[in-house]
Amino acid sequence: MASLKDLKNRIASVKATQKITKAMKMVAAAKLRRAQDAAEAGRPYAERMGTVLGNLAAGFEGRDDAPKLMTGTGRDQTHLLLVCTAERGLCGGFNSSIARLAREHADKLLSEGKTVKIVTVGKKGHDALKRGYGQYIVENIELRGLKSVEFSDTKHIGDLVMEMFQDEKYDVCTLFYAQFQSVISQVPTAKQLIPAQFEAKDEAQDGSSEDALYEYEPGEQEILETLLPRNVAIQIYSAILENGASEQGARMAAMDSATRNAGEMIDKLTTTYNRQRQAQITTELIEIIAGAEAL
Amino acid sequence: MAEAFQFELVSPERLLLSAKVTDVIVPGSEGEFGVGAGHSPFLSTMRPGVVKALSEDGSKHEYFVRGGFADVSASGMTVLAEQAIPMADLDAGYIAQQIQDASEDVADAKDEDARQAARLVLSQLQELQAAIKAS
Repeated sequence: MASLKDLKNRIASVKATQKITKAMKMVAAAKLRRAQDAAEAGRPYAERMGTVLGNLAAGFEGRDDAPKLMTGTGRDQTHLLLVCTAERGLCGGFNSSIARLAREHADKLLSEGKTVKIVTVGKKGHDALKRGYGQYIVENIELRGLKSVEFSDTKHIGDLVMEMFQDEKYDVCTLFYAQFQSVISQVPTAKQLIPAQFEAKDEAQDGSSEDALYEYEPGEQEILETLLPRNVAIQIYSAILENGASEQGARMAAMDSATRNAGEMIDKLTTTYNRQRQAQITTELIEIIAGAEAL
Repeated sequence: MAEAFQFELVSPERLLLSAKVTDVIVPGSEGEFGVGAGHSPFLSTMRPGVVKALSEDGSKHEYFVRGGFADVSASGMTVLAEQAIPMADLDAGYIAQQIQDASEDVADAKDEDARQAARLVLSQLQELQAAIKAS
């Protein structure tokens, strides 16, 4: 049984930890707001891009001269996994759930006899995948010390992915990140980047007559060829923004439960402490009474 | 008074402008073009330059844009720019920096195609610089 002094020290240390987790929670809450705003502000661009590309791509369906970024290389052998995670830990299952999804994906591909290459964005993802999948990692990109991520900060990731595609180093590229839904729910998501996939537009029926009248300058083909690489960069950028919001959300939830847990622990320790003190007093009293009776 | 239509200028980071406008001038890759209400559906890439929009209440909006495209549809017009900066925040130093970057791109280009593309960007930027100086 721990002595009274030990218990006192224990309580003090748990209290100190609780203060830290509480502060981290509040910092995460403040950062979450900013990250969420950034993610939401970035959405119109990505959405518009998707709509325009979807319309354009529909016209190229099944044509031989469609850009390779859309149709793929015709093979399905080498897969590039682009795994986006956070730079820092202490955010619950955020990093590990993305890494787990990527690992499952990689295992599935490997068991099918495919070649896997991994590019990680963020230190934590690299750490998580280094063991066991180290030989597949071709590149690790860190976005350290950036207060807010601007499009130009992530452009080089897109450039790298494009360069590798042009050098035919892979056939299919999949992006892994966590979609932000709410503070308590971030969904690890796998999204195929190359060949590009566009969601079928439900407005296609009524819009089709209008689409036919679209004029393009320069040609349809040139526009598609300039937009597709840009779309890759945008997709990566918006994934990183989503990730930023998810990370802060996950950290906030994790720190909140850590704070609550510390509170429970303090309560329990205080009860034990009081009980022991009581016991000690009782023992002392019994000793005194026993001494008095003996006289 | 010309009829107004919905105009949006969006960069990857945020929505810069969403307003009812009567006239927009866009630096298309094959020449500047103006858009008014009821323009036929049109999609064009852009070269570096200035997007000018005249809003319904008569105020003028000018943005320097780099890279991107303009989409005109029946519901309105959207300019998606890779970079967009209000003209008021733009100074000669910024353009000079961009030109320097572009000339480095020309020097670093690995093959003829890339060099050609980089040179095109450079010449467009230089044109723009001259235009800003002249105004």
